[in-house]
Amino acid sequence: MTTAISVSGLVKTFGQTRALDGLDLTVRTGEVHGFLGPNGAGKSTTIRVLLGLLRADAGEIRLLGGDPWADATSLHRRLAYVPGDVSLWPNLSGGEVIDLLGRLRGGLDEERRADLLERFDLDPTKKGRTYSKGNRQKVALVAALASNVELLVLDEPTSGLDPLMEAVFQDCIREERERGRTVLLSSHILAEVESLCERVSIIRLGRTVETGTLAELRHLTRTSISAELAATPNGLTNHPGVHDLKVDGTHVRFDVDTKELDAVLRRLTEVGVRSLTSQPPTLEELFLRHYEADLAKENGRHAAVAK
Amino acid sequence: MTTQTLERPARAAATGQRDGFAGTGALLRLALRRDRIIAPVWILLFVFMAATSSSASQDLYATVESRVRAANAVNDTPAMVALYGRVFDPTSLGAVSLIKMGVMFAALVALVAIFTVVRHTRAEEEAGRAELLGATVVGRYAQLTAALLLSVGISLVLALLTALSLIGTGLPASGAVAFGLAWAGGGIAFAAVGALAAQVTESARTARGIAAAVLAVAYLLRAAGDAAGEHDPIWLSWLSPIGWVQQVRPFAGDRWWVLIYLLFFAALMAVGAYLLVARRDHGAGLLAQRPGRARATATLSSPLGLAVRLQRGGLLGWGVGMALGGLVIGSIASQVGEFLDSDNARDMIMKLGGERGLVDAFLSAEMGIVGLLASAYGISTAMRLRAEETAFRAEPVLATRISRWSWAASHVIVALAGTTLLMLTVGVFGGFAHGAAGGDMSQFGRVLGAALVQLPAAWVLTGVTVLVFGLAPGLIMAGWGALVVFLLLGQLGPIFELPQWAMDVSPFTHTPKLPGAEFSMVPMVWLTLVAAALVAAGLAGFRRRDLG
Repeated sequence: MTTAISVSGLVKTFGQTRALDGLDLTVRTGEVHGFLGPNGAGKSTTIRVLLGLLRADAGEIRLLGGDPWADATSLHRRLAYVPGDVSLWPNLSGGEVIDLLGRLRGGLDEERRADLLERFDLDPTKKGRTYSKGNRQKVALVAALASNVELLVLDEPTSGLDPLMEAVFQDCIREERERGRTVLLSSHILAEVESLCERVSIIRLGRTVETGTLAELRHLTRTSISAELAATPNGLTNHPGVHDLKVDGTHVRFDVDTKELDAVLRRLTEVGVRSLTSQPPTLEELFLRHYEADLAKENGRHAAVAK
Repeated sequence: MTTQTLERPARAAATGQRDGFAGTGALLRLALRRDRIIAPVWILLFVFMAATSSSASQDLYATVESRVRAANAVNDTPAMVALYGRVFDPTSLGAVSLIKMGVMFAALVALVAIFTVVRHTRAEEEAGRAELLGATVVGRYAQLTAALLLSVGISLVLALLTALSLIGTGLPASGAVAFGLAWAGGGIAFAAVGALAAQVTESARTARGIAAAVLAVAYLLRAAGDAAGEHDPIWLSWLSPIGWVQQVRPFAGDRWWVLIYLLFFAALMAVGAYLLVARRDHGAGLLAQRPGRARATATLSSPLGLAVRLQRGGLLGWGVGMALGGLVIGSIASQVGEFLDSDNARDMIMKLGGERGLVDAFLSAEMGIVGLLASAYGISTAMRLRAEETAFRAEPVLATRISRWSWAASHVIVALAGTTLLMLTVGVFGGFAHGAAGGDMSQFGRVLGAALVQLPAAWVLTGVTVLVFGLAPGLIMAGWGALVVFLLLGQLGPIFELPQWAMDVSPFTHTPKLPGAEFSMVPMVWLTLVAAALVAAGLAGFRRRDLG
């Protein structure tokens, strides 16, 4: 099997609200897949449909070769889930919750449990009500990472973790990838996604707006150029693919679409380049572009659909 | 001069803030908004109980002789005095007809006050919502003050409405006001106890437990003091705030000055709470949290293991209460027949549903009440399903290989088995007490039977709750609604002479009136089948719906 999760045309409505509006998502077996989107885009709703906690209104959904609603319990043996906001039983200790969830999943790796507790620096004897948000998150992470499953579904798993623990988390996910496990990682921390994920999907307003490897997506975006030229440039203003041009005497700054990069650089060297710095597009830019692009238009369309 | 310069920082250090009360008004409005349904409901419930109790006994105790007989029946039975208190003026219509409403319901008012205060203080803090508010312009004392003002306000409204309704039934105004204020005094005193308990522990649950334990001790002190005195309660009663509530003696002298004891006690408790709130950290308590186990025990490896673990504390508390209740019922029962020899009293007891013998009628009536309480346990236990779901604690469990069916069934099993265990407890303890008091151990089985026969009807209430959980989880409170409807049908049906079909709606109508009446298996089987069908429909609905 090469596809762990395949979703197409997923629709989920809550009353008048159309939370998911034809969402597509493909996660290949063995990859770490970044799942990005602004607040309220439908990430958690998608994950809850994938877990069979919510029932889809329309769309094709396959998870590990099964139907997440009909085959929920048999599929759940093969996956572990970390919610974005972990709520623990106030009078159960962290260690008890880890054991309980592990047993309910069908067993957990004792060695790994001990190792993870140490790496995440988690005290398992504290009661649920006394843990901070970050520590509650660690309880769920240890429980998920210590179980022997094929697929990890992580919904903003590092919210509340300090940078040190974030690093530990990233190491753990790399180890999981080496073991051949599939990870669906919903996140807001772009550095985390950039360093962990082979492929990403960006969703907005319940739809997938971009999906592919980071390299593929970078093709779609812009490079920032800052250059000191021999003379005042000409022809840049109307050059296709050039955006946000700022000319200050012989100094120019602009963003350029990656596919026009070659032509624009040629135009610059015609004038004469004294110095040049270029910044490759970051995921952050990619992200922001999709968040901001045509927001007003999208909102208008969405409102019309909701009516 | 030195004192002056020292005093200011000292005071600032004590409160840590210049204006500790800032934001009290806004928090009070928030609390009123949150309680806008529940507070009026319970106020009206208490007012209604007092009014119906008063108007129902107007005819029963029309003559002075009938009042004296009824009063003596109470005053001469130590167990009754322990439970209800003493009738201080046997000739007073108000004192006689409201004897069961006095300290017993004052304790319930106190319990509600405790829950109200803890709900708006420690529970908010534990849930982390208080932190959100605490970071705005809200003083350190604001939350506590708002909660206390709310409770005091509710208590006074309750006093006013109760007094008006009692006057409406024809009782003297002065006594009616004293009665209302005595209730309110109990509420205010224990609101302050709740406020103090809320500062002591980190958990709202423990805070409620501590305050309720103080209330129980106060009730027991009064019960012991009252029962020990030959004509007047001995000093033990005067150690108890519930004793003071009783010593206001509404309709039997109206001793207003005793109310000052209650207010002084409330002020003392409140000052303690304010001193603690100024000195402790947000979210912390005085009692430190004990560390738990690093590993789960073997029992914590299934949904049922988890449900038992989560519910066992509550069940234990209920069990202790049921055991005590059983002892009281069993030991009072054999004395009932000796004292209630007036025609009217006999008539009243017979109306409560018995057919043979006053003792049997008494036992049957009391077990009916205990059956209602056990149903309440079943409802609240089954409602835990919804609480786990909305707190997002069901999600991680349901994301494992545990099916929805087995997760939901685990709590339903605890509810049904817990209800059974509670009735078994009350039956065993009641049976022993009754057998021992009468020197006739053959009564054991009859009392136990009277307790167990209540079970099918109680299970139906759990079934209603599960049904609502599965099909319309937003209306989960309907479980309580059903209990109230069935309770009112049972209490008011005979008075208003409702048609039989209306009475038949309540499962308790079908419960055989054991001991005494003939046992019939048919309604038991039917009720059990109805309960099973309700549970099955609820679980089936839950498997089909969205979570959340």
